[in-house]
Amino acid sequence: MSNIGSYEKRCKDFDWSIAQKELSYKKGDAINIGYYCTDRNCELGLGSKLALIWEGFTGEQKRFTFEDLKIHSNSFAHLLSQKLGLKNGDRIVIFMDKIPELYFAFLGILKMGGIAMPLFSAFGEESLLTRFESSGASAVLTTRKLVPRIRKIKGKLPHLKHVVIMSEDESIPVKEQEMAFSYSKAPRMESFEHFPATAETPSVLHYTSGTTGQPKGALHVHSSIFSQYLTTKWVLDLRTEDIYWCTADPGWVTGTSYGIIGPWSLGITQVVLDGGFVPAKWYEFIQKHKVTVWYSAPTAIRMLMKAGKEIVKKFDLSSLRHLCSVGEPLNPEAVIWSEEVYGLPFHDTWWQTETGCILVSNYPGMKIKPGSMGKAFPGVTAAVLSHEFEPIAEKDKPGLLALKPPWPSIFRTYWNNESGYESKFKNGWYITGDRSSIDEEGYFWFMGRDDDVINVAGHLVGPFEIESVLLEHEAVAESAAIGKPDAMNMEVVKAFVALKPGFEPSDDLELEIMNFIRKKLSSIAMPQEIEFVDSLPKTRSGKIMRRVLRAQERGEPVGDLSTLEND
Amino acid sequence: MKEELIEYIMKEFVEDPDEEIEENTPLISSGLIDSLSVVSLVAFIDKKFGVKIPDEKGTVDNFETVNKIIEVINEFKT
Repeated sequence: MSNIGSYEKRCKDFDWSIAQKELSYKKGDAINIGYYCTDRNCELGLGSKLALIWEGFTGEQKRFTFEDLKIHSNSFAHLLSQKLGLKNGDRIVIFMDKIPELYFAFLGILKMGGIAMPLFSAFGEESLLTRFESSGASAVLTTRKLVPRIRKIKGKLPHLKHVVIMSEDESIPVKEQEMAFSYSKAPRMESFEHFPATAETPSVLHYTSGTTGQPKGALHVHSSIFSQYLTTKWVLDLRTEDIYWCTADPGWVTGTSYGIIGPWSLGITQVVLDGGFVPAKWYEFIQKHKVTVWYSAPTAIRMLMKAGKEIVKKFDLSSLRHLCSVGEPLNPEAVIWSEEVYGLPFHDTWWQTETGCILVSNYPGMKIKPGSMGKAFPGVTAAVLSHEFEPIAEKDKPGLLALKPPWPSIFRTYWNNESGYESKFKNGWYITGDRSSIDEEGYFWFMGRDDDVINVAGHLVGPFEIESVLLEHEAVAESAAIGKPDAMNMEVVKAFVALKPGFEPSDDLELEIMNFIRKKLSSIAMPQEIEFVDSLPKTRSGKIMRRVLRAQERGEPVGDLSTLEND
Repeated sequence: MKEELIEYIMKEFVEDPDEEIEENTPLISSGLIDSLSVVSLVAFIDKKFGVKIPDEKGTVDNFETVNKIIEVINEFKT
């Protein structure tokens, strides 16, 4: 019997107080996510239970109990608050690969009342600079491998006062405002008086791309734990004896909501593989650690499909009992394939950085319609709206996917961008930016984005950030970035570039520009293809009409061209 | 060919000048190069060696080490 039991019954009598009661929370109590994920588990007798089994790509393993998690997160909390003097509300960046220190640091920041800002370790200097500038982060916790990228931008960041480099050898040479830190050598902190956060105390800041401007910081609060706890329990179906693997990096919201907060608020053992994607390694990892619940992404699943069925036979994956996916719509073929090859279907889940938790999903025990996002989480009102922001009653008619606030983990604002935040709400609805339809049984079906945001392997990238950096290249006069459909990644970036006089299109120049973007932003933002053009379609006011390029790329009708600038 | 590939990888993907890449250094499983960056290597191979690697061969398995990349290049070298 699954944790959720009957979906219909849950929908009838739902209230978020279910999560509050299970977490022994009463309204007005202090609430600190860091405490819930560590100390509370120890108080419940789980101190000696394994919390984290970490494995590096060389096969090196490290194992940590909840008692270890408590002590090491306390060390970070102490370092940040007592030694560095950081305070409640300070934004503290974590810029690391998926090493144990990342997890300890995240919880330590929450314990001392800071705002944790984990960033994807593949971000280039421009991606970092944008986020550091926007947030005004005063500290960064990083590694020897990654600190060169911080050093390149530090001169432009007057707010950044502390750079802490993870290092077993604390005598490594450091530059001004830098220090080395080793959690294993730090004094053992059995207790730390955690910050008495309340429900609305800011906790985590995750940057997410939109169709206009630079990425925006979606701010979450400590009471998001109620959403993350209950959705982890009911959608991921995690139970005491499970070994759970969430493949997402904590630089993205999945890696924090469901790679840290959700599972550890439930006292679950989780495994982390710090390395790139190689099918045989992933299967070996599942076999070795007897993973029971696996939460991954459609791009990875499609790559596993591409690796084929024969390789699966070399491994014992019989421990698996429940599979879920996130980040982009899961194509029906993947659902059918996983049932055939693993004996279990992947359950697609839909949510966003702004929602903080899963809101539309396929649930254990409920019929899966391959290709469907599933149904709204109990207690959540989801609808499809017209462009006048009124619910569309007609079944199967596409419209704007919208959600009725509130729910505990909804973002509270975009950092320093209140107007951007307010623009996401119309007529009492949160407008997601996705388009979908609802069928006669209440299943949602994804129909694409309603804007120019590109979804590359489950990660959103805004065209503006790519175009801005393209313009920094000496050869580029004008640029436009669109999403091009891709069988493996759902979309990849394609750039259209008009060159400055004196530059000629060539394969060399294409490769140079691709690598330029990859190093400045990330591999996700890197155009997989560049088309050199004489000019870009623009409106008379000079706005690039990306939708025209997108339609041409997809062989679709280009639509209304009445605003197109004439040559 | 090996030296030119290593030189390209060092220039484009390795930030620590003291780090060494050899013919069997794991590139993908170590996280040094991800699946989305494989296209950069494919484009370089086309430009430098005149060899077009088909999409279906541009996989993480085939690009895990310099030696494996060379095997794929030799397969499609005319």
